[in-house]
Amino acid sequence: MVENNKYINKYNFAFIDESTKKEIRRKLLKAVAIPGYQVPYSSPEMPIARGWGTGGLHVTLAIIGKKDIFKIIDQGSDASVNACNLRNFVQSMTGVKTTFDTSEATIIQTRHRITEEELNENQIFVYQVPQPEPLRSVERYENKTRQMHGEADYAKMWVSLYEQFVSHGDIMLGAGYPVKVNNRYIMAPSPIPRWDIPNLNLSKALHLFGAGREKRLYAIPPFTKVEPLEFEDIKFHIEDFKGSACSKTGYKKAFLDEMYYDDGSTNFVINDSNFLDKLSEKEEPIQHENKYINQIEE
Amino acid sequence: MSNTEDNWLLKVNNLTKIYGDYTENSIKNTGPEFNSNICPETGSIVACADINFELYPGEVLGIVGESGSGKSTVVKLLYFDMEQSLGSAFLMPHLDGLSNILEESNQKKRWIRNYLMGMVYQNPRDGLNFKFSSGGNIAEKLIMGGNFHVGNIRNRATDLLEKTEVPVLRMDDKPASFSGGMQQRVQISKAIANNPPLLFLDEVTTGLDVSVQAKVLDLIRELQQDLGIAMIVVSHDLSVIRMLTDRTIVMKNGRIVERGLTDQILQDPQHEYSQLLVSSLL
Repeated sequence: MVENNKYINKYNFAFIDESTKKEIRRKLLKAVAIPGYQVPYSSPEMPIARGWGTGGLHVTLAIIGKKDIFKIIDQGSDASVNACNLRNFVQSMTGVKTTFDTSEATIIQTRHRITEEELNENQIFVYQVPQPEPLRSVERYENKTRQMHGEADYAKMWVSLYEQFVSHGDIMLGAGYPVKVNNRYIMAPSPIPRWDIPNLNLSKALHLFGAGREKRLYAIPPFTKVEPLEFEDIKFHIEDFKGSACSKTGYKKAFLDEMYYDDGSTNFVINDSNFLDKLSEKEEPIQHENKYINQIEE
Repeated sequence: MSNTEDNWLLKVNNLTKIYGDYTENSIKNTGPEFNSNICPETGSIVACADINFELYPGEVLGIVGESGSGKSTVVKLLYFDMEQSLGSAFLMPHLDGLSNILEESNQKKRWIRNYLMGMVYQNPRDGLNFKFSSGGNIAEKLIMGGNFHVGNIRNRATDLLEKTEVPVLRMDDKPASFSGGMQQRVQISKAIANNPPLLFLDEVTTGLDVSVQAKVLDLIRELQQDLGIAMIVVSHDLSVIRMLTDRTIVMKNGRIVERGLTDQILQDPQHEYSQLLVSSLL
């Protein structure tokens, strides 16, 4: 008698069926082979709506194995709603160990931040991307932007930076500052703050980007050159906290959140929750090295 | 500069553009002899056919003809705005004129457009991006030419706007807020930003009032004398042709019907259509 095994388990390991995972992995391989190039993929249905982190979830679920240790953050925090729900989902679909500890994790999924702590060769960083097309602000047609990428025709992007400088005195891109990957493709680094952009350059970890709603995957392989777009005389710079320090730890060299209180007062707290915890417990987490952070005075 | 046979800047061979399906007879059965450019067999439209000419460095060539004669098509084909059906074109500064520029890859074509050519359209909306400031429009051309220094870009844009008599104070305003004549000047600034050896002018003064027309023509003539740019001037207006050009091609129904020195064509037109054109000059 033919036995039907298909419905023994309620879900396949990591929710997505194996052939779809295979498709996503194939597309990821292509993305890694052409750093910064947007690879179209199937973006299968998930139990959450597209645009709520499905891209990152597809990537995570396609690459996760039983021995992986999973961490997920939303705007730097392990405890915010999006992170908690997706962590529960991944955990219940795979049974893998989850963690808050950046250095312990093997897969880190993120929304809008890179961890403050340095990444290593054994880690994969997965981004949830809302808008994968860096040229969308200057060209609304997909066929045109594809052609522009194909021919490395980026003049319009540069002119938009020029225009911002001319009308506002600075390049007014807070999050999602466009970068050039491996001297070729201009890429949207998902809306991470400018603070995190230099940390993509020559990173030891593999960075995978998933845009579920827009159905695109792209990647930055380890040790790949990633440069923010800058003019010869108008340079890229990171956020300036004007000497402010974290009110809990007194630390200055981390991305800070400004907190508002009922009495109208404000202070700053480190945005990365795990980094903040480690500093509070007098641990010494190793941070990303880059020239912008080095310039900040202790 | 002596214009011998082999120091041409631009050489055009058998340039042809046909819309729709065509046969060998499409070209045979259309043209001025038939007073039509619609193929009687297939209904395809022969916009221009069998266009041959050479342009020499620093020379100004006029293309004149009534509307629908295919004169704009010729420059649009040469500026890669449309794709040709047949024919080839060679540009001396690009690989010593040995390679057909019309068959190059898009990337090379864009390089040629940015470094070796400029185009001024009749409608400024075709040549300028109205979402960018006028300085930004010039910057676009400079950036495409590999200039990534904002200070230098602004200096160059200032020079160009001064040269074309656009108030420099309005550099950071959008061309939509400019008058037609000013838009046309910004377009000219953009076209010559990278000092190209070749400039196409497609009905640049049409639609401007007479005094502005005269100023724009003056500007073009000055630029031509100062910078020695070779130009192809497309116009239906013989006075523009007389003022700007050294040599003229007369087109009708997509064919060249007469060519020669501008003075000669205006004084002693040979083809009946040229005669008609000259005699209808007000």
